[in-house]
Amino acid sequence: MKLRKVTAASAAVLALALTATACGSDDKDSDSADTGAGGDKKITIGIKFDQPGVGQKTPQGYEGFDVDVATYVAKELGYSEDQIQWKEAKSADRETMLQRGDVDFIAASYSITDERDAKVDFAGPYLLAHQDVLIRADDNSIKTPEDLNDKKLCSVVGSTSAQNVKEKLAPKAQLQEYPTYSACLTGVQNKAIDALTTDDSILAGYAAQDSFKGKFKLGGFKMTNENYGIGVKNGSDLKAKINTALEKMVSDKSWEKAVEANFGPANYKYEPAPKIGNIVK
Amino acid sequence: MRRPRGRRTCSKEPSTHAEAREIVFDFLEGYNLWEAFWTTVQLTVLSAVGSLIWGTLLAAMRVGPVPLMRGFGTAYVNIVRNIPLTVIILFASLGLNQTLGISLGANTFETINFRLAVLGFVAYTSAFVCEALRSGINTVPVGQAEAARAIGLNFTQVLTLIVLPQAFRSVVGPLANVLIALTKNTTVAAAIGVGEAALLMKEMIENEAQLLLIAAVFAVGFMCLTLPTGLILGWVSKKVAVKR
Repeated sequence: MKLRKVTAASAAVLALALTATACGSDDKDSDSADTGAGGDKKITIGIKFDQPGVGQKTPQGYEGFDVDVATYVAKELGYSEDQIQWKEAKSADRETMLQRGDVDFIAASYSITDERDAKVDFAGPYLLAHQDVLIRADDNSIKTPEDLNDKKLCSVVGSTSAQNVKEKLAPKAQLQEYPTYSACLTGVQNKAIDALTTDDSILAGYAAQDSFKGKFKLGGFKMTNENYGIGVKNGSDLKAKINTALEKMVSDKSWEKAVEANFGPANYKYEPAPKIGNIVK
Repeated sequence: MRRPRGRRTCSKEPSTHAEAREIVFDFLEGYNLWEAFWTTVQLTVLSAVGSLIWGTLLAAMRVGPVPLMRGFGTAYVNIVRNIPLTVIILFASLGLNQTLGISLGANTFETINFRLAVLGFVAYTSAFVCEALRSGINTVPVGQAEAARAIGLNFTQVLTLIVLPQAFRSVVGPLANVLIALTKNTTVAAAIGVGEAALLMKEMIENEAQLLLIAAVFAVGFMCLTLPTGLILGWVSKKVAVKR
């Protein structure tokens, strides 16, 4: 008898849990349908949430160069700032998010590559970044990219930058991979690691953070070319509109202001605004 | 077995770009899947052996007559098994290596990280091995231990000659579960840059923009490792079970 009671109770709990989760996922579905590409009130934009200077979620809101570009583009498309819904676009999810229509466009340090171009369309590029290194401000032993070969480098697990180091840039260097750039920076700070390597725009964003100001410097090596584009769904008519918006952003100097505001404090020598459709290999 | 998968999927894709097909074709070929899975196997085997030893010692402490050791065993198991594995592995790298400078006798990041990962997995998995083994010890009738004591064996002898052999035979099934969980847990080592299967998967997803296909390949890879483990140890567990 007692056993039966327990069984009944656990069955009830299980059923409740199942219905509860079912409701949860339902809500989510209808939510994204409202705010998806079809809605004419809101626009959903995918950005990075964890890259200072590029795309970061802070208690005060969203900030970074990608955020500024996306806000400008959205304004040109007819959406005011409070009509934008930001969504986190992690590197591995970006193509899927666009294909499913979870976001209208993505501006998330999204380098244009052939593999990605086959899956989604790119507007832009709007920034030409290069792989670079961030080293301790008092470290004078790294002057050229060749100096990296006997150093200890760090980058994010599986990232393009990490793979470049292993295969091309400094195959003899030791490479530590961590899940986040902040973990690498801890290592650079306590001298277990010599340099953090990834796109210079991201590095500049870290170096410009208040807590790191003056502690790190950029190497200034242009080791690769990363053309940041704005990703849209394949065949979307947004591509042409975003390109027009980007051209306007450059011509009315808002582009330069955004670069200065986000990367300025790091002494980052950024490239001039790239021409639309001009992908530097 | 793997290459035809890619080919089949590629023929279904709308070929908007001519080179896209070429890339999908190559997408498994440019990578060394065997090497990555071999590292996974090495991590699993070394961690399994280590955690079996340390787990047995812990179980012995937990059933032993010395209160201090019993307390240590209980505390260890309850603390370690309740910490997320990622935290343990990251602590091994960021805490032990980067901050305290422990390098476990190696001098390249590659070997240091591998050894740190094994250390982390042993520390974590042995808590589960200990608990599985303790449940096995509980299946041995008290009379066995009492009879052993009566003929004058001391605690170590009772444990190693009478109780543990019977206990091990009854926990092959549960230990197989722990081993399968450990095999899959080794993917956490990617967090500190050990070049095993999960790290290769991350690299491939980054390069190829083929999330689901790549994930499926790796899921199948892991099943190739864990299914035989489960089947073989399931058979062994039936074979060696103590009939009571």
